[in-house]
Amino acid sequence: MSRHKPNAGAGELEAINRRRDVRRKTIPALAQAGPVSAWMVLFVTIPMLYIIYVSFMSRGVFGDVVYEFSLESYQTLLDSIYFKVIVKSLQVALFTTVACLLLGYPFAYYIARKPPEVASKLIMLIMIPFWTNSLMRLNSWLLLFQTSGPVNTFLQWAGITSGPITFIYTDPLVMLGLVTNMLPFAVLPLYSTIEKLQNSLLEASSDLGANPRQTFFRITLPLTFPGIFSAVILVFIPSLGIYTVSDMLGGGKVLYIGNIIKNQFGAIRNWPLGAALSVLLLVITGLLIFIYTRFAKLEDMEVV
Amino acid sequence: MAESIVSLINVEKRFGSNLVVRKMNMEIQEGEFLTLLGPSGCGKTTTLRMIAGFEDATSGIIKVQGERVESKEPYQRDVNTVFQNYSLFPHMTVFDNVAYGLTIKKVPKDEIQRRVTEMLALVQLAGFEKRKPDALSGGQKQRVAIARALINNPKVLLLDEPLGALDLKLRKQMQIELKRLQKKLGITFVYVTHDQEEALTMSDRIAVMNGGVIEQLDVPMEIYDHPKTRFVAGFIGESNIFDGTVKAVEGDLLRVETPSGMLTTRGKGFQVGEEMHVSVRPEHLEYGLAPAEGFDLPAILKDFTYMGTVVKTALDLRDGQEVKFSRFEQDYGLREGEQLFLRWSPEKSVAIKKSAAAQ
Repeated sequence: MSRHKPNAGAGELEAINRRRDVRRKTIPALAQAGPVSAWMVLFVTIPMLYIIYVSFMSRGVFGDVVYEFSLESYQTLLDSIYFKVIVKSLQVALFTTVACLLLGYPFAYYIARKPPEVASKLIMLIMIPFWTNSLMRLNSWLLLFQTSGPVNTFLQWAGITSGPITFIYTDPLVMLGLVTNMLPFAVLPLYSTIEKLQNSLLEASSDLGANPRQTFFRITLPLTFPGIFSAVILVFIPSLGIYTVSDMLGGGKVLYIGNIIKNQFGAIRNWPLGAALSVLLLVITGLLIFIYTRFAKLEDMEVV
Repeated sequence: MAESIVSLINVEKRFGSNLVVRKMNMEIQEGEFLTLLGPSGCGKTTTLRMIAGFEDATSGIIKVQGERVESKEPYQRDVNTVFQNYSLFPHMTVFDNVAYGLTIKKVPKDEIQRRVTEMLALVQLAGFEKRKPDALSGGQKQRVAIARALINNPKVLLLDEPLGALDLKLRKQMQIELKRLQKKLGITFVYVTHDQEEALTMSDRIAVMNGGVIEQLDVPMEIYDHPKTRFVAGFIGESNIFDGTVKAVEGDLLRVETPSGMLTTRGKGFQVGEEMHVSVRPEHLEYGLAPAEGFDLPAILKDFTYMGTVVKTALDLRDGQEVKFSRFEQDYGLREGEQLFLRWSPEKSVAIKKSAAAQ
């Protein structure tokens, strides 16, 4: 009897584990995620469904929504003006993303290679402007670049230009605003993947004869792809929809898809058209995320 | 003397105010298996990393094949490293990992294919080409790491505690395999470990390091049988070490007085009144019920420890120091608490000079 006791104990333990497994499987996943899913349904799914619904309705004479099915809004979207704005918005978002990556990667790399106490201070440098009210930041760009502002005064004083240059309410200034606005979203995910990169992998590469450039393209870059993809998603999607930057720095002269949506829901009061534009944004975003997840899965780029 | 393949001349390494390697001089011969052995923090890994080029020497000269390399980057040096944590590239297959060095050197594709296949066969990993490092066991990862380094035909292979993460049985097996591989290829191995048994098993020569200094550099048997310093005697294998003063010199016999009593050892170059150490291995310690000629070392038997192949018996000396002797079988005539008198054949003990620096 006593000889079999250890076996009996093991069997018992196994049975308990099995029971626990069964319990884990029988509690519906939905119930476990209950509070979160309720929240998501209430604040994300319902408003989104409503927007999609409105996009198929018609506009009333007084700017109200008439609940009659219509494809009019989507037909308007095909109009060349809107098409141009969409293309331009995509271009600007792409530019912002690329610029943020080119600026953010070296910076994130630099921080990640510093000792932790220095790194956290450098991260703060990125975060402080991020926490500053965006209206204040955007207004200071306007002040800096206006006709009689410090930048123009300096350029003329230094003899680089003879007269003031019009910076404000132009595409370049809007792009500058977008890049500075979005930079933290690129730096943070990049930093967290680069920081995880083991130094010994870089040493191994160098040991095997690779110069720093070869090490970067063969080891560092591929192993930090997850961070690059996150940065692309986190920068590109908001840049596509954001309208405050182009509103303020573009002064209403620079129109991107975000401004048009805002105007349709605001001044122009064409909710169905605004909703249809929103749906378009949603589709573009969804497509990007789909590509992202496929890519991430295919490449199996977990950084160990 | 033949030109050594690696020379360290007065090499020092300082991290901030911390001197990790002090005035080190070492000549590593072509084709030998040299082990840097010492406790953690003794500077052995730093020494290896200076040869590899990952750390710059604060001062001194490092030569590989007679050529100074202090200012060369790791990728410009003809040495390769096997890292402690393997450091395989996680995004590459086994094949690509092993081929890495050749790919960088732009070796033709068919030659890479041939050499990688050969190398994987050599480390018994044929058929694993398409696996990712994640899908390998610790021992397999280690083989890939070795193959990845060896494929570049390095002049010297540097190994930084390569077996540290493996379990005991696998470690023993890999020790033998590594030694065979080294003999077969004739490549110089510089091997870092803190495991003295591993060092004794594998090495042609061992450099025992402590506090940034090489305490003794010699063949394993000399290190074990004739330790030159108290540290080496204590670190390599088990030793009973007595600190004492020379009372009389009779030919090559020394009569030594210690706080626990008189003893006799063999030793040359000692003077009466000189402070020194005497080291005796547990297997050489003998005992009797009365003092023997030249010995007066009473000890109280404390306990027996069964170790599988041997039984260790611990005793307390007069000053409270513990000594041990080991026998293949327990002497059932002995009782705990019994008083015994220790002795040994003087030629079985080692007389060690009191060193100026350590201790």
